[in-house]
Amino acid sequence: MPKVTVDGIEIDVPTGATVLQACELAGKEIPRFCYHERLSIAGNCRMCLVEVKPGPPKPQASCALPAAEGQAIFTATPMVQKAREGVMEFLLINHPLDCPICDQGGECDLQDQAMAYGRGASRYDENKRAVTEKYMGPLIKTAMTRCIHCTRCVRFSEEIAGVDEIGALYRGEAMQITSYLEKAVQHELSANVVDLCPVGALTSKPYAFEARPWELKKTLSIDVSDAVGSNIRIDSRGREVLRALPRINDDVNEEWLSDKGRHCVDGLTRRRLDRPWIRQKGKLVEATWDEAFGVIAKAKPGASIAAVAGDLVDCETLFAAKKLVGALGSTLLEGRQTGLDYDATNLAAVNFNSTFAGIETADAILIVGSMVRWEAPLINVRLRKAAKRGAKVFVVGPHWETTFAAEFLGDDVGVLGDLPEHVSEAMASARRPAVILGGGGLAKGALAPLLALASEWNLVRELEDGAKWNGFNVLHMAASRMGGLMLGYAKKGGIADIAKASPKVVLALGADEVDWSAFGSSLKVYIGHHGDKGAHAADVILPGAAWTEKAGTFVNTEGRVQFAEKAVFAPGDAREDWTILRALADALGVSVGFDTFEALRAAMVAEVPALGREGLANYGALPKPKKAAKAKAAQIGYPIKDFYLTNAICRASPTMQRCSAELLHGEDLAEAAE
Amino acid sequence: MLADKDRIFTNLYGYQPWGLKAAQARGDWDDTKALLARGQDNIIQEIKDSGLRGRGGAGFPTGMKWSFMPKEPKDGRPSFLVINADESEPGSCKDREILRHDPHKLIEGALVAGFAMRARAAYIYIRGEYIREAETMFAAVAEAYDAGLIGKNACGSGYDFDVFVHRGAGAYICGEETAMIESLEGKKGQPRLKPPFPAGAGLYGCPTTVNNVESIAVAPTILRRGAEWFAAIGRKGNEGTKLFQISGHVEKPCVVEDAMSVTFRELIEKHCGGIRGGWDNLLAVIPGGSSVPLVPAAEIIDCPMDFDGLKAVGSGLGTAAIIVMDKSTDIVRAISRISYFYKHESCGQCTPCREGTGWMWRVMERLRTGDADVSEIDMLYEVTKQVEGHTICALGDAAAWPIQGLIKHFRPEIERRIAENVREAAE
Amino acid sequence: MADRAPAPDTPELRARWGDFAWTEANAAEVPKIVARYPPGRQRSAVMPLLDLAQRQVGAETNTQGWLPIPVIEFVARELGMPAIRVLEVASFYTMYNLSPVGRFHVQVCGTTPCMLRGSDDILAACTKRGMSKGHISDDGLWSLTEVECMGNCASAPMVQINDDNYEDLTAETFDKILDGLAVGGRPKPGTQAPGRHTVEPLGGPTTLREMVSANHDYRGEW
Repeated sequence: MPKVTVDGIEIDVPTGATVLQACELAGKEIPRFCYHERLSIAGNCRMCLVEVKPGPPKPQASCALPAAEGQAIFTATPMVQKAREGVMEFLLINHPLDCPICDQGGECDLQDQAMAYGRGASRYDENKRAVTEKYMGPLIKTAMTRCIHCTRCVRFSEEIAGVDEIGALYRGEAMQITSYLEKAVQHELSANVVDLCPVGALTSKPYAFEARPWELKKTLSIDVSDAVGSNIRIDSRGREVLRALPRINDDVNEEWLSDKGRHCVDGLTRRRLDRPWIRQKGKLVEATWDEAFGVIAKAKPGASIAAVAGDLVDCETLFAAKKLVGALGSTLLEGRQTGLDYDATNLAAVNFNSTFAGIETADAILIVGSMVRWEAPLINVRLRKAAKRGAKVFVVGPHWETTFAAEFLGDDVGVLGDLPEHVSEAMASARRPAVILGGGGLAKGALAPLLALASEWNLVRELEDGAKWNGFNVLHMAASRMGGLMLGYAKKGGIADIAKASPKVVLALGADEVDWSAFGSSLKVYIGHHGDKGAHAADVILPGAAWTEKAGTFVNTEGRVQFAEKAVFAPGDAREDWTILRALADALGVSVGFDTFEALRAAMVAEVPALGREGLANYGALPKPKKAAKAKAAQIGYPIKDFYLTNAICRASPTMQRCSAELLHGEDLAEAAE
Repeated sequence: MLADKDRIFTNLYGYQPWGLKAAQARGDWDDTKALLARGQDNIIQEIKDSGLRGRGGAGFPTGMKWSFMPKEPKDGRPSFLVINADESEPGSCKDREILRHDPHKLIEGALVAGFAMRARAAYIYIRGEYIREAETMFAAVAEAYDAGLIGKNACGSGYDFDVFVHRGAGAYICGEETAMIESLEGKKGQPRLKPPFPAGAGLYGCPTTVNNVESIAVAPTILRRGAEWFAAIGRKGNEGTKLFQISGHVEKPCVVEDAMSVTFRELIEKHCGGIRGGWDNLLAVIPGGSSVPLVPAAEIIDCPMDFDGLKAVGSGLGTAAIIVMDKSTDIVRAISRISYFYKHESCGQCTPCREGTGWMWRVMERLRTGDADVSEIDMLYEVTKQVEGHTICALGDAAAWPIQGLIKHFRPEIERRIAENVREAAE
Repeated sequence: MADRAPAPDTPELRARWGDFAWTEANAAEVPKIVARYPPGRQRSAVMPLLDLAQRQVGAETNTQGWLPIPVIEFVARELGMPAIRVLEVASFYTMYNLSPVGRFHVQVCGTTPCMLRGSDDILAACTKRGMSKGHISDDGLWSLTEVECMGNCASAPMVQINDDNYEDLTAETFDKILDGLAVGGRPKPGTQAPGRHTVEPLGGPTTLREMVSANHDYRGEW
């Protein structure tokens, strides 16, 4: 712990800290452009210059200089002030200063720091440099004349995303940032460079010229496009969500967000169900709420009612539906729409136990039936980090393009019964071994055999430093999955059990992935927000709220309970789902026991206390493995066929459709609009 | 005057073949095994005692630099010697003569120096434009391998040492030691942040020393003749012989090895046939390559050409690349052309250099024609100060100094042009 | 730096260079080049391989050679590097031609030491022959570039044409060289000053005169 002084303030800094970090610890703001906590140090912008004694008689780049015992650091001397003014002036001489037409305006590091540290006027009288725009894909809009060459985007692509497609060509003042041959950047995290870009060179293409940051209401929320539960901020104006941005949460998404989570939001205003519909003579016709409720009441379900939850549903909606179904005397609840029927009696066995942060430290990882890159791009980032630290990664399942070194062992889940010796050896001898079981593996009965291997490899252990390690991980894809399992949305035989019971009424809570043909005689009541597959199959449609339009609790695949707040109101006659279910209870003449959202939540927490506490739920110990658990031969298939179109919101989103068409199906939509 | 017997590069002009046989006849590779047998510490001490300072421009004591290298390999990392043959500083053309006419002095030096710093191999980084020179170097290295002088059990010493030649491809900045390392690793030549210094983590993250061609090539002779011999030449702190390169407005430009601290007058009179048009016609001299500030005639004529002597007149010895300018010179253009050079060669990595070199050159071009305001002279000076000392590597400083030198010594000339331009415009 | 933009990646370019592969001789050379660097560090060979590829393209097109995008990608594959990293390197170093050049690449040094000794005249001589910077002359013979200091300052002004340097030039001697090249001749490279050998003072060395006629060994005088 070196002791340094910053502007006379004496502080201890952690060993290995930089001078910049020391200044921050001392409460001093150090301007910077190229430095970013999560990227390698480039030291190229020169904005963070400070004076350091002992040292050469010139300012030092604080981001790159290690803090050393006895250093005296000065952040406000004339030398530092002059250095900052000088660098600022250089950054601006070739910057177009087109702030009025720049989307970064109002949230631009260059603007802010020019105000705070610049000299107020430029002495540059020559012509400014102009740089042609670079095509980087459907999400990133470029105005490269604004680029200040901090190389954050280059470093992000290379270091975090692991897809080397952005670089800096040429040299000197002619240096230009570009994607290779100006092709679209091809990975699931590409739009993060928009956040990283400290100026307006890379901005959001779908959001271009939509709003100014000061017009926007900011609401804390959770991403529902996968089961990672990325922490996001919803920026809205009036009734419209204009963009989603990642919030920092080191345990979950660090500070990244998948392109899908970020850009599906323009689907929230399209294909919306904004009034009730009922099916008459085979056709859906508009109806009033009373008419719709009347149709359901007329079916007289009694105890012959079931609820099937979709992927985007919050716990409150799940709980309200559970109470309604329960009040009618039924326990027919299921959330695994596509037919999965793995044993969910012990939630530890279907949880991502190592945690996301923990998987980074694993030194041997066996992935079974998961195309992590598409199913959870931000966990893929963690796997890349683990691999960079030396972890050996093995995959059972069809080949996919990893962003790290990985060995594919075969497409068949039967491989688990006959792993190559070096794999068993690596797993058995690892200090922090981990397995990750994905939907493709769950579908082929890999859970039990993998639990047996977990026991064999001792995946649950105490580490040498006394910390607990549980390397058994299941990777889900639905934001509602863990919450649903905690609330009992799992029948032993999966959704087949529901179909077998042929309930008179099925409540489809945003369930868009169900094969409804098995429910021929049931009255299908779709409660949801988008006119997608579920609505098409429905007999009654009750317009609900998307996740941004209601407060709700989500549990991610590592069992982390998180709350999302309501950002905007649902459109038209659509209502928050719990109020619909509450009203439906009245129509069916039963009581669910709550009249307010607070009461609903209190009842839910009373039933499942873990849902009332933000943070990791405790699911207890893994079950004892079954002796005879052997993997039967079965070809693994990955459930996601199109990364960009996995749910109803995405499918309604023009941006996601464009991404799918251009990035996955190669249609040349590039710049068609221009 | 330095006696011919005290010159190290006896085949400087290439009158005789560069090949191994001829080189050996001139004294190279003469019982190198015995040199190595003196031991690493002994060799480093001898070089320290000789007073040899780096010949690449900065003048850092060579022996001390070698002593920074680890004595024991850390976590199995080998050490490397990188020889800087990326001679690109305008005015410098001495390493070229060593590469093409005395390559074996360099290879033997590489072995001796590499052995002393416990390196496993040397990479000779030759600038890409030295195409024929690199061909000679490749051939000479092959000769040395064939003769068992380098490679396994080099010179029968029991020490294994490889020498590799690597060609650049056109980038002045690769002469900066960390940029050279980046380039050797197959990247753009963009200087690294220091610390870590190359001696701790250089090529491939391993301990590395980067030395200039001349610094390495003189080492075997110093060891053979002893530190005292070398130290007796030149003034204290500026010991040894030096390759001077005289270009520009002298009667006979040339490269010549002479004693350090020889005066400018003596050097020019003896080897260059005097200043074109006589001493009265001398305007100014850039004494150490384009990076150092120019020195007006009066101050340079009797100046000792060494590190301290040129520092005293506000300039530097640099690589001892002496660019002489007579009174016919458009001095503003001469410096502006240097500004263009730095703009062209800036790697673009850090802000002050990327943006500043272009700005400085554009203002210089206007000062050249007088299309400027007198206040812009001070502004330009301030801009050079905003670049100097604020960049990752020294290219920013190198771009600033020539302009500072010009403004310091030739301000009236710049003002005259501006006034003339204003007058012409008014007419 | 528009003059250094890579030649557009067109279907024609792909058709012409898409199946670029080493000639037999170069294929034998590549492992030797890669072996200069430690195992796992083959990326270090990117510069020599780009040079080799450019020379091969030159041989195929009877020019100095250049680097079409498919050839850059070929080198990237050879070394297991992302193509963008190879393109970065190719665009950073000035000796890689990113677009086609003529049979002879006339590189006139224009930096101060050459400027002081008359490089303006050399450039003027080029212009007079119809060359212009960054273009190939109509007859396909010449490409002209003004380059930065080539390290021949004591024999300035100088021009590098493909692999050879011509030093101590005047407009007249330079013209003769170009004439010679144009008709397929091989003008003598090096200094063009009568009586000068290399970089000794014109008229004979002021030092080491014994060396002119014999491989003198000075050790006897130590």
